[in-house]
Amino acid sequence: MNAPEPLERLPKPVASLPSLAKVDTGRPARRPIAALEKIRRTRPRSSRIPDETFRSIIFLSAFSVFAIVVLVMWELVDKSRLSLHQFGIHFFFGSDWDPVSGEFGALPFIYGTLVSSFLALLLAVPMSVGVAVFITEMCPQGLRAIISFLVELLAAIPSVIYGLWGIFVLAPLLRDYVEPFLAKTLGWTGFFDGPAYGIGMLAAAMIMAIMVVPIIASITREVLMAVPQNQREAVLALGATRWEMIRMGVLRNARVGIVGGVILGLGRALGETMAVTMVIGNTPQIAKSLFAPGYTMASVLANEFTEATGDLYLSSLVEIGLALFLVTLIVNALARVLVWSITGGTARVSA
Amino acid sequence: MGVGIEVRGLNAWYGKNQSLHSIDMTMPANHVTAVIGPSGCGKSTFVRCLNRMHETIPEARAEGSVKVGDMDVYGSGSDPVEVRRRIGMVFQKPNPFPTMSIFDNVAAGLKLNGFRNRKQLQELVERSLRLAALWDEVKDHLHKKSGASLSGGQQQRLCIARALAVEPEVLLMDEPASALDPISTSKIEELIFQLKQHYTVVIVTHNMQQAARVAELTGFFLMGSLIEYDKTEKIFTTPADKRTEDYITGRFG
Amino acid sequence: MRNSSPPVTPKVSLWRRFANHGATAFATLAAVLVLLPLLAIFAYLLMKGAGSINWAFLTQTPKPPGEVGGGMANAIVGTGLILCVASVIGVPLGIGSGIYLAEYGRNRFGDLIRFTADVLNGVPSIVIGIAAYALIVVRQKHFSAFSGGVALGIMMVPTVARTTEEMLLMVPNVIREAAYGLGIPRWRTTLSITLRTASAGVITGCMLAFARVAGETAPLLFTAFGNQFWNLRLNQPTAALSLQVFTYAISPYEDWHKQAWAGALILILLIVGAVAAVRIVTTRGRLKGA
Repeated sequence: MNAPEPLERLPKPVASLPSLAKVDTGRPARRPIAALEKIRRTRPRSSRIPDETFRSIIFLSAFSVFAIVVLVMWELVDKSRLSLHQFGIHFFFGSDWDPVSGEFGALPFIYGTLVSSFLALLLAVPMSVGVAVFITEMCPQGLRAIISFLVELLAAIPSVIYGLWGIFVLAPLLRDYVEPFLAKTLGWTGFFDGPAYGIGMLAAAMIMAIMVVPIIASITREVLMAVPQNQREAVLALGATRWEMIRMGVLRNARVGIVGGVILGLGRALGETMAVTMVIGNTPQIAKSLFAPGYTMASVLANEFTEATGDLYLSSLVEIGLALFLVTLIVNALARVLVWSITGGTARVSA
Repeated sequence: MGVGIEVRGLNAWYGKNQSLHSIDMTMPANHVTAVIGPSGCGKSTFVRCLNRMHETIPEARAEGSVKVGDMDVYGSGSDPVEVRRRIGMVFQKPNPFPTMSIFDNVAAGLKLNGFRNRKQLQELVERSLRLAALWDEVKDHLHKKSGASLSGGQQQRLCIARALAVEPEVLLMDEPASALDPISTSKIEELIFQLKQHYTVVIVTHNMQQAARVAELTGFFLMGSLIEYDKTEKIFTTPADKRTEDYITGRFG
Repeated sequence: MRNSSPPVTPKVSLWRRFANHGATAFATLAAVLVLLPLLAIFAYLLMKGAGSINWAFLTQTPKPPGEVGGGMANAIVGTGLILCVASVIGVPLGIGSGIYLAEYGRNRFGDLIRFTADVLNGVPSIVIGIAAYALIVVRQKHFSAFSGGVALGIMMVPTVARTTEEMLLMVPNVIREAAYGLGIPRWRTTLSITLRTASAGVITGCMLAFARVAGETAPLLFTAFGNQFWNLRLNQPTAALSLQVFTYAISPYEDWHKQAWAGALILILLIVGAVAAVRIVTTRGRLKGA
């Protein structure tokens, strides 16, 4: 390849543009339009300063997001210092929560949170995947949009309204029909004995399940739709029934994303406060039966925070809040990684 | 041994658009028949009607008579699942199952049909891979490598092995080599040549030279109709219809 | 050489057929079971709540516990007040962050902000309430509508930011380039051209965030705290619909239970109304101008 011509040898560019005023038309020179003159004379104003200012403002807003999270974390750690010091790691293993005597063991709440969340997932996952499969693979075209919209509507209902419905509709139903039935048929397992209050672990798990379904279902729908059509056709061409095609050609490929959606649902369940508080019975105990009332980390915060007398009490509560924060942080990060690996990084993972 | 295919009065629609007009065609057993024509002429639709894949698209339907051996594909008692088991299909873009190993890919159809016996599965998988001329290349990695980790040409041969594993009587191939490089293409073509001993093959191709290389019979489609159907040599040297001649000589398409 | 007979069964086995139909039945059942609570909740809200909504309910403040009557007027207004504060905080920060992420943030720092926004989104709302309590209430030594608004505003930021980013990214680059080509400076382009083009989507994002925090109760428990009386001052505890519904629902008074349903109905109407209004406004705008 030849080297480009040195600059000196290139023809010189036009030194200046011909001025309108100097064009010789043979007629007497007319006065140029004043505005044109003005534009030609005006040098473009440097936009550097406004640009930099704007950029700084924008940058600050973005940075504020980071600052907020750091602030939240800082306050949580700072205000829980007292009880962290006092109890250390045993805070999470003690099963006595007795504010009067100054005993603060968080185990009942951890137990309650974990059991209610996992039970909720147990109920929610089959339903969510079922709905998602129904919408993407089985539903007639016309109904698709309506059903998806209705499922998303479930996510818009505030937690306190779920709780309201839970107290006055679901709990009586459980108390009068479901729990007696379960006690009769499955009572021998030990999970379904004790008085049937309606309110309790089972009610909390069921409400949580309903609240978590839209999240898992919508992520599952997205990953199912991301499976390429030719995978479905490949299975059909081997002589598969529709269910076999879904199982082998769609669900199998979408496994990772579905797991991500489930974990995201778990994250939401762990932090769920109002509805659970209203139906779980708020008793700090560890019981095997699902009929028994319980307590979750979020619920104890909701109930006792404003009544906390004494610094140790408050500090213990904040420590529970800190633990909740960290757990949901890890769970949500894990979920994001899983879902992004399927949908390619841009799908929004928030509900 | 393969069986013959007899098509009478096959019509097909996508919604309101008719894409196939009364196709009559007989494809003899153990022969390779090529289906050629310009884009949009209905050749893919035709082949997908043979194993009832066409109707899996919403709003698509087909009518007419298709007999594969003794099986009446569109007959009243006919089950599409059964039809698709007995007619194998290889697609344009290789589509092995990415989450399964090579072994599991080939065995997928067998497992669907109730085959669990490990020893039998192993025998059948080996046989299919040998038929597809892939055995030597993958025999050491059967369970370790995933179906998607192979090269394009190998993937397509894997798909062929997968299709052959369920012992179809007919093998449909929709532009099987169009996504592959020339070397892989020639391997596939060699394979087709060998496969016809056991199966009846119908191959869609937009590459006329390929049709000339592998097929004994060729059908020329244009705008949803079968214009001419005859021995490949005749189609390419002395076509009876002017439109065939125009396509062959490159005047359009 | 080929075996003499095909090794696979000639007909699709009964079990496979059964499994196929079973799967269809299960999926359909799942869809029904999922939608049932939705219908039930709306039905009950209407049944139990509509009856108690009357002029008194909408204009009066609560009566002392045990007494029948009174209303949630202060809670309705209080919710509005808190949401105003929340929007003033959440919308500018959110849109600003979204602009950064879309226009300047295709880099490591941008990824950090994205990650942080997702983290913030996943923090349980009650934890945000605790943080707001520690940051503001403790320092001011009293509950306030302001602290409640801050808590809710913080919760709005991630949703608004991510939606804004998405919408801005959807604006084709040629539009920006056309503006630069005309000599319009970058800041002007971003605001008047790019943001304006994406405005429908951005507004939708803001409204969705708004609707989401409108129903929140937990963060208000120890920030706004609630109030039985009128309050329009930002630095005093304020009633809110969601708080009132909660308090009434767990109370032992029958009349308060009825009012809880009424309040819940108004709350859900507020939320659905916000989302619907957005749809109408943006659709009409699109038909008219774009």
